[in-house]
Amino acid sequence: MLLIHCPYCQEDRPELEFRHAGEAHIARPADMAALSDEDFERFFFIRSNPKGVVFERWRHMHGCARFFNAARDTVSDRFLKTYKAGEPKPDLGGEGR
Amino acid sequence: MVDAAARISPLDGRLFQDEGILVEPAVPAVRLALRAPSAARAALSKALGIDLSQRPKASAVHGARAALWLGPDEWLVIDEEGGDLMAACGTVTAFHSAVDVSHRNTALLVSGRRAADVLSAGCPQDLSRGAFPVGAASRTVFGKVEIVLWRTGEEAFRVECWRSFSDYVFMLFEAAARDA
Ligand SMILES: [Zn+2]
Repeated sequence: MLLIHCPYCQEDRPELEFRHAGEAHIARPADMAALSDEDFERFFFIRSNPKGVVFERWRHMHGCARFFNAARDTVSDRFLKTYKAGEPKPDLGGEGR
Repeated sequence: MVDAAARISPLDGRLFQDEGILVEPAVPAVRLALRAPSAARAALSKALGIDLSQRPKASAVHGARAALWLGPDEWLVIDEEGGDLMAACGTVTAFHSAVDVSHRNTALLVSGRRAADVLSAGCPQDLSRGAFPVGAASRTVFGKVEIVLWRTGEEAFRVECWRSFSDYVFMLFEAAARDA
């Protein structure tokens, strides 16, 4: 089973306890009503979905229940790093390519 | 005139016993889902008479009362002698949220030489004594349902689950005990 490191529980836990929660670091517009339809579409629907390293929100749903962020490689499904919500994107060095 | 409605525990009368394993319902308890920022932790600990730990998977016991760490600002508080947990929290003015979930949850006690093995049939966590020592507590899963697991002894666990899931949990324990 895939083990995911929860930054709040501070240990590796089985993937069954976690839930994926979409792309991370997407800032919610301060004035939603002023957005054009095109800008709203970009904010709301369009995701980067790269082949390789993605920054995602995950939730330790059946553990501490906290949301956190993770850098994951979509090719190998390897978690490169997990970090607390609100923290900046980590520097992955060589791992991030 | 009709009699007042009688409250029936969902697992009343259920018991499973086999070589090295005993599964039985726990006595009814008062339970609190407690959420609080660290600023309220000391005052709540004092009011409840139990230490709300900040350490992941930690538990604290004082008499018939226990507080299990569930998350960085969340605890499950259990009192098996009917203590008024809501009233205790009511004396604390610091910002917090306390919800009485006494009847949402029920609990099973799983004990015996094979207890950890039987639990592992449905729980994906590492339940070895190093990773999950006596006193460790955690929200996790058992089969298809969410539980709160607490190791109360070398060969003893308390399994808290939602009342409506308890029949499933009990039967999964029975099936696992026959196989494990
Ligand atoms: Zn966690």
